[in-house]
Amino acid sequence: MEITGYNVAFIAIAAMTVTSAIFVVTLPNILRSALFLMFTFIGVAGLYVLANAEILAAMQLLIYVGAITVLILFAIVLTQQLMGARITQTSRNIVLGGVAAIAVFAFIATTFVSHFSKGSDMIAAQPAVPTSDPLLMIAKMLIQPYVLPFELASFILLVAMVGAIVIAKEDKD
Amino acid sequence: MPPLSWYLYVSAALFALGLFGMMTRRNSIAMLMSIELMLNAANINLVAFSAYLRGHTMVGQMFALFVIALAAAEAAIGLAIVINIYRTVKHIDADEINLMKW
Repeated sequence: MEITGYNVAFIAIAAMTVTSAIFVVTLPNILRSALFLMFTFIGVAGLYVLANAEILAAMQLLIYVGAITVLILFAIVLTQQLMGARITQTSRNIVLGGVAAIAVFAFIATTFVSHFSKGSDMIAAQPAVPTSDPLLMIAKMLIQPYVLPFELASFILLVAMVGAIVIAKEDKD
Repeated sequence: MPPLSWYLYVSAALFALGLFGMMTRRNSIAMLMSIELMLNAANINLVAFSAYLRGHTMVGQMFALFVIALAAAEAAIGLAIVINIYRTVKHIDADEINLMKW
């Protein structure tokens, strides 16, 4: 493994992502978990940039860091008595969960990764650099072959928006 | 440039952590946060394969884009349900929620 700027950046970003993810699932204070979740999302956006997916990194920052984290923080504030004792949370089945998580990680690492990490015809050693403007390519794909999923996604978002309002609305009968 | 396997290791670690959180947390919002971790792990895989597969077509990025859109819808609905449950039973402990109707 040679030491290049890309490799160092990858290791730094991956370490930040995984460390914050560990804090997300172990910290007793749920507000801190939510804030560490934001760092995880930022780290994932950094990994997207290193994989030549800048558009997706921007989407990740806008949607996950900007919207979903704030949504989760709102939900936490609305459902816990802030300043009270209820802000802490307890965990259960830590041994069972840890064993399951380690088993899944070991399974993926041994089968999946070892299969793809040795040289194969399908896997390139270097990530491909887009030949034309990636934003243009994504826009063309959204209009041409993926127009039906695109329209369905907008419909689903509309339904989810209306549904969230209806579900969370206060009942005043 | 980092090899493809590094991305797969990070993604596997994120997925395992999300599974751990899903199994151990009792707070419903913390469980939703774990689901977001697992969705992000899947997205990292999609993006990494999209970059490293020969015949680069950006299809993986497209999939990840749709996954992000669905995750946004899922988070909105899930948190609305959690808020509704909190209003009814005054807690969001997933072990204690056992009523379909109040």
